[in-house]
This record gives sequence, C-alpha cells and structure tokens, in this order.
Amino acid sequence: MPFGLLKYGLSKDYPAQQHFTPSDTTLKKHYDVVIIGAGGHGAAIAYYLSKYHGITNVAVLDKGYLGGGNTARNTAVIRSNYLTEEGVSFYRDSVELYQNLSNEFGYNVMMENRGQLTLAHSDAAVRSFRWRAEVNQHLGVRSELVDRQTIRELVPNLHMPEDGRYPIMGGLWHADGATARHDAVAWGYMKGACERGVELHQLTEVQDVLVENGKLTGIKTNKGTISCGCAVQAVAGTSSVVAKMAGIKLPVHSFPLQAMVTQPYKPILTPHVSSPHVHVYVHQTSRGEFVIGGGSDPYPLYNTRSTLDMKESLAAAALELFPFLSQARLMRQWAGITDMTPDYSPIMGLSPVENYYLDAGWGTWGFKATPISGKMMAELVATGKPPALIKPFELERFYRFAQINEAGATAASH
Amino acid sequence: MKQMNCPLNGLRNISEFIYGGEYHPMPDPQQCDKREWVEHVFFHENAAGEVTEWWCHSATSYWFLARRNSITDEIIETFPASKLFNKRVDFSAAQGES
Ligand SMILES: Cc1cc2nc3c(=O)[nH]c(=O)nc-3n(C[C@H](O)[C@H](O)[C@H](O)COP(=O)(O)OP(=O)(O)OC[C@H]3O[C@@H](n4cnc5c(N)ncnc54)[C@H](O)[C@@H]3O)c2cc1C
Repeated sequence: MPFGLLKYGLSKDYPAQQHFTPSDTTLKKHYDVVIIGAGGHGAAIAYYLSKYHGITNVAVLDKGYLGGGNTARNTAVIRSNYLTEEGVSFYRDSVELYQNLSNEFGYNVMMENRGQLTLAHSDAAVRSFRWRAEVNQHLGVRSELVDRQTIRELVPNLHMPEDGRYPIMGGLWHADGATARHDAVAWGYMKGACERGVELHQLTEVQDVLVENGKLTGIKTNKGTISCGCAVQAVAGTSSVVAKMAGIKLPVHSFPLQAMVTQPYKPILTPHVSSPHVHVYVHQTSRGEFVIGGGSDPYPLYNTRSTLDMKESLAAAALELFPFLSQARLMRQWAGITDMTPDYSPIMGLSPVENYYLDAGWGTWGFKATPISGKMMAELVATGKPPALIKPFELERFYRFAQINEAGATAASH
Repeated sequence: MKQMNCPLNGLRNISEFIYGGEYHPMPDPQQCDKREWVEHVFFHENAAGEVTEWWCHSATSYWFLARRNSITDEIIETFPASKLFNKRVDFSAAQGES
C-alpha cells in the first residue's frame, strides 16, 4: 500500500468528509418520521422526504449497518420488462430515475446500460415473451422478441446447440436492462438525506412497535424508546417479524436466495443473460467477475447460510449457457433473506395501524425498485395518501382478491 | 446432503421432499368472514423460530407434518398428519356471502 495513503488513513484529516451521522449521536426523544431499516429502500425514503418534502426530523434505524441487508447481497439487475401493467409502469419509472441518479447525488452509482436478454427454451416461453414485449412496448419500455440469429449477435459466447437439452428458441431483448453498484445506491441516498438533517442510527434494533387504539405512538429500540408521528418499515427479509410487533400479519414467506461470483476475466460478455427455464442468470461485471444468481431455496429460512446443493445446481445451470466457465474458480458465494409474496409483487402503502406504513414484499426484485419506491413512499408519508402509481400494491389488494400476478418476476428471471 | 426423517420412509435426502406451507388450523368455512378466509389462504405467520409445517415426500406422495426451527434449520420432529387430524374435514362450500 502506498505509504501516503496509510498516513492519510491514520491522520485527523480522514475522512475528509463525514457522509453519515456520527456514530456517537444519541437518539432524540421524538422524530416526525422513523424509518425502520437502513437498506436502499429506507435510505431512499429518507432522501426524498428531506429533499422534496422538507421533512428532516427523521431517524433511520438499522440493527446492523447501512446497506448491509439485501441491498449488499443482490446481483444489481435493473430492468422493467415485467408483465402486468401496474408492474411495468412502476419499474419503468424506477429505471428512469436510475438513469439520472449519479447526477442527482453528485456521487457515482456506476450505472451500466448493457441490456438484458431472457432466453426462451420452449414454445410456451416464446408465446409469453411475445405477450410481454407487447405489454412493455405499449407502456414505453424497450423490449422485443428476438430470434436465434440476433441472440448469436448479442451474445457470441452463448452455447446454442441445435439438439441440446435446453434448445434456445428465442429471447426477450430488453435494451433498458442495466446494473448499478448496489452499495453506492444506499450510500448516495443516505448521504443526501444526512446532509439535509436526517439521522442514521446503526446498530439500533427495533424491538417493539408501540400501538394504542389502532394508532402508532412510538418505537422501542435497544437504545431506548422514542415517540414519533409516523413510521415506515423497510426491512425486507424480516418484514413479517417487524410487522408482527405492530400486530400486523403479512402474506409473506421468507426464503434465502443464493448467488456467487467467479474470479475476474477479460471482458467477453456484454449483456445480462437470464434463463428462467434453466434457473440461472449470468452477467460479467466491469471488474470482470461473472455474477451467477437465481438460486431460491426450496423452503423458508431466516438464515443466510449457503448450501452446496444450490451452488452445484447454479453452477450446472451456468455451464449449460456458458461452458467456457467450467474452469472458473468461485471467489465468493452468499445468500440473502427474501420476503416473497404469493403474487410476486411488492406491498407498499397503508397498514391496518394508523400512521404506520409498509414497504415490504420485495422478494428477489426490490433493488431495481429502490428509487421509485423511495419516492412514492416519501410522498405517502408526507401526504398520508398513496400515490396512484403504488395504490394497486397496497396490502388490502389481497382482501379484494386483486393480486397483481407478476409472471415477469420469478426467482430466476432477473 | 441434509436429511429428513419421513414418518413413512425413514431418513431420506431433503431433495426428495417438497415444502407444503405452514400448518394452521382452517377456520370453519360456514362461519368465518371473508377477511378471515383470505388470511387463512394468503397470509402467513412466517415466524422466526419454531414452526409447524406441511411436507411431502415426493417419490411416495406422502404428506406429513414437521416441527422445524426456521432460524437454525434444525428439524425437531416429523409426524403423520393423523396426529392432528382425527376426524373428516367438511369442505362443502359456504353459503351466503360470496
Ligand atoms: C442474492 C440476491 C440477489 C438479488 N438480486 C436482485 C437483482 O438482481 N435485482 C433486484 O432488483 N433485486 C434483487 N434482489 C432483491 C433485493 O436485494 C431486495 O429486494 C432489496 O435490496 C431490498 O431492499 P431493502 O432496503 O428493502 O432491504 P435491505 O437492504 O435488506 O434492508 C433492510 C434493513 O433492515 C434492517 N432491519 C431488519 N430488522 C430490523 C429491526 N428489527 N430493527 C432495525 N433494523 C432492522 C436490516 O439490518 C437491513 O439493513 C436480490 C436479493 C438477493 C438476496
């Protein structure tokens, strides 16, 4: 390590700029808004509240550290080629916000617009892709059905045997597909919020949500009890556990989702390639590593352990598409706990408890939604009214049998 | 590979089993209101800790119940459904509210 860097690291001048609330800050007695969970979602809600609604007496609480949950664990795929009108419109607006995020923050989130290709291995898949492309185009999303020749041109290294076990019959090409650096998204949002007066409290675990006569009154943490005007829960994997503190039951099941990366190689794969049928998706990062994802555990668990079974099946599936990876060494592998809903759509909006808002059910698809859900949830908190874009995603939809069956999202298709 | 003790087939690889959802008593379809029924069908305790669940040994299509710790993944006990179900459940459709 260069000596100058070491010296700077140990000097008083480091860090040159404090991005977040200093860790010795104590909790105040009262906040206008408490946000439970400092993942990308919690940070984004705080950012939009402070920047666009002038609400700055806000505390963001996390039992761990900023962005250490699924925000740190996802494979960073951003796309909007979903199937339902509600889903496509919502994710489309998120992708749009992502495009300007680095400018908005003055902080590089390393947005890479490399496109996304989803593979069809059956006639049924081709039919459903045609349908998806039509819905996407109608709603202004760049999405088209492509043939084998085009796939070969887009991904020259893809293994495309005529007589293979999983023949590639066509694909859904999504030019708007992208990736971004997930940590930077959480840091950028939190930095912007803290600059405007929001407080981030890490290592602060919410232990109870205090409700009186159906109304929120305060939040109990391991660092004391605070009163608040309203609160939002944005805790992803532990959504059911935190909601239960407020006496709320959710249509959520928590499953581990596993992923892994190989050692770095020279750039040879440009777009993100996904195969819902073979159950894997692969892309190469700008650092050269191949990210291999899509392994949802077969049963629920609150544990981020990995299993050899899942790593083997992910590796086998990745080799179906890219046999040249057979000599690759895995550098890292991990899991995150995903809050899965029965209709593969999120739950955003009002809850049965007054002044308590839900941002949950993000499953395997919530990273791409970070900007738009933050913006919409902030509007909800500021006005008390759910914006039209997220109204369909309210918890009440289940009681009306108005689920949003998001067939464009499965555990392996992003 | 992790193994599970099937009440019918004994210790088998976990990959031979299918998770079948949480066990919770069914509300009486004749008596309960719509919200209660919705919660029974779509909502889950999703508890972190000890849970009771349906499992199926797929090769023999045998359904049974298991107690498991959903944090440590320890399977505490497996037992036949007859331990909790000892009389016929009446599934005839509810009248009235549709
Ligand atoms: C392996 C994997 C791959 C994925 N790939 C993608 C992808 O490619 N594209 C995509 O769009 N999505 C993807 N996802 C999903 C995505 O990561 C999540 O939906 C998203 O990050 C959720 O963000 P969040 O801010 O809501 O939650 P998180 O980032 O999980 O933050 C929640 C925070 O709440 C805190 N918390 C929990 N309980 C408490 C408590 N009691 N008190 C205080 N704090 C608490 C946690 O410590 C955590 O920091 C993936 C997920 C995984 C696991």
